[in-house]
Amino acid sequence: MVEKSKLQKILEAGKFSVTAEIGPPASADADFVAKKARNLKGFIDAANVTDNQTAIVRMSSIAASCLALQEGVEPVVQMTCRDRNRLAIQSDLLGAYALGLRNLLCLSGDHQSFGNHPQSKNVYDIDSIQMIQALKKMKDEKVLIAGNSTKKPAEFFLGATANPFADPEELQFIRLQKKINAGAQFIQTQAIYDMERFKKWMERVREAELHKKTYILAGVLVNKSLKSLEMTKKVAGMSVPDLFVERMEAASSKEAEGFKIALELISEIKKIDGVSGIHIMAVGWESIVPAIVEKAGFLPRPLL
Amino acid sequence: MIIAEQKPFEEIIKWLDGYKKVLIAGCGTCVTVCMAGGETEALNLASLLELAGKKNNSNLEITVVTPKRQCDREFLDEIAAAVDKSEVVLSMACGAGIQFMAERFSSKLVLPAVNTKFIGVTREIGIWTEMCQGCGECVLEKTGGICPVTRCSKSLFNGPCGGSSEGKCEINSDTDCGWQLIYNKLKELGRLDKLNEIIEPKDWSNSRDGGPRKIVREDVII
Repeated sequence: MVEKSKLQKILEAGKFSVTAEIGPPASADADFVAKKARNLKGFIDAANVTDNQTAIVRMSSIAASCLALQEGVEPVVQMTCRDRNRLAIQSDLLGAYALGLRNLLCLSGDHQSFGNHPQSKNVYDIDSIQMIQALKKMKDEKVLIAGNSTKKPAEFFLGATANPFADPEELQFIRLQKKINAGAQFIQTQAIYDMERFKKWMERVREAELHKKTYILAGVLVNKSLKSLEMTKKVAGMSVPDLFVERMEAASSKEAEGFKIALELISEIKKIDGVSGIHIMAVGWESIVPAIVEKAGFLPRPLL
Repeated sequence: MIIAEQKPFEEIIKWLDGYKKVLIAGCGTCVTVCMAGGETEALNLASLLELAGKKNNSNLEITVVTPKRQCDREFLDEIAAAVDKSEVVLSMACGAGIQFMAERFSSKLVLPAVNTKFIGVTREIGIWTEMCQGCGECVLEKTGGICPVTRCSKSLFNGPCGGSSEGKCEINSDTDCGWQLIYNKLKELGRLDKLNEIIEPKDWSNSRDGGPRKIVREDVII
């Protein structure tokens, strides 16, 4: 019998999920992670524990996920293809599952040229779609990639990402369908500022009935400064309407305005048919998540 | 030079299903020397395809051209008329030539008739061995002219692993241990002192890992 994660149970029960993120430190400080987890406890259903985000070395996602779990916060392990070959991926994930971790987000991973070791090799032995497919096969058929059987497979609740704003649009949509066909059970989107484009994307999702095959969790970024918003705007694949930059410029309190914008976006996202949850990204401002969740009316979180 | 070998005929014949006018394009440079895609191989492939076509009652109209190279535009220009008359091109050049053909003749389907294998040398006629990865920042001055990236199965930089035996690599007794070769060479040159230096982690950003590469020399651009 599969031990379903809390996140999976909530989504399968048709309830709107709330997830957030914990960014591990570039140190071996266990308490750093524990504090972040305690801050989120009771406010969210699960927290993504990022995997060397932007190719900058930080504590391992699996290790930090175990620390979060110890504090009562259910983690979503992240795993990139950039840093591991198919042996390491399988080994790490069997270990992660054995340690009680139940949610997994499969990622390609930012190219190492973006991070603090641009001289390093990358791996990309398999891609994120192949990873999802391998893990689904592990669950369904109790076999590893090489075809050998395993008595106790890792049976993760499998997730992937999608960017409604990336181009070429047609190919990105094909890629989304591939992720779902490969076995992705939930999709976390890139942060949404461009509501019109996101709504159009969701129209396509509903037309293709992808929202019935997987849970779409919409990404919301909380910016605390004009500078961080402008940086967000420059990120490849992001779509930030000028309106938000103008509002942030004009605001006397940037933090209050960032908070307000996030709440407005969440309010609008909640109404969109086919969206099953919200994924809050508060980079460098994780302490704000409880207030966002409370103000957005998501409390109390369902007990399952 | 670039070493390649011809793809299995059964694969090639399958791809041509539905086409009639086929152009086989050999290449007069590397694949000629390694006997994978030169004029001889192109003509042989044409003969095989004609035979297969007759057997299947699907007669192919095959043209064979072998420009000097498929990686220089001027030689592709020379065969443009022949390409234009075809429906599909079967390129016997290396991967660079195949892609350059596909780029230059963008309205034509260009199919690969060879598998590009490695940068290597001719040991003797019929035997080619890999010597270079094109890793972008040469270290041969440290290793007596023998490449650890290529000749070591693990691309180790500070000597062999514990798996080699009698000068052979642990993965295949037919493969020389690259580090045994390096040791022998440095000893012969009286430069074993080079081995004492710990070689630092390599900067792979100049290699494939940094993304597709490009060299621009303003001094020679016309």
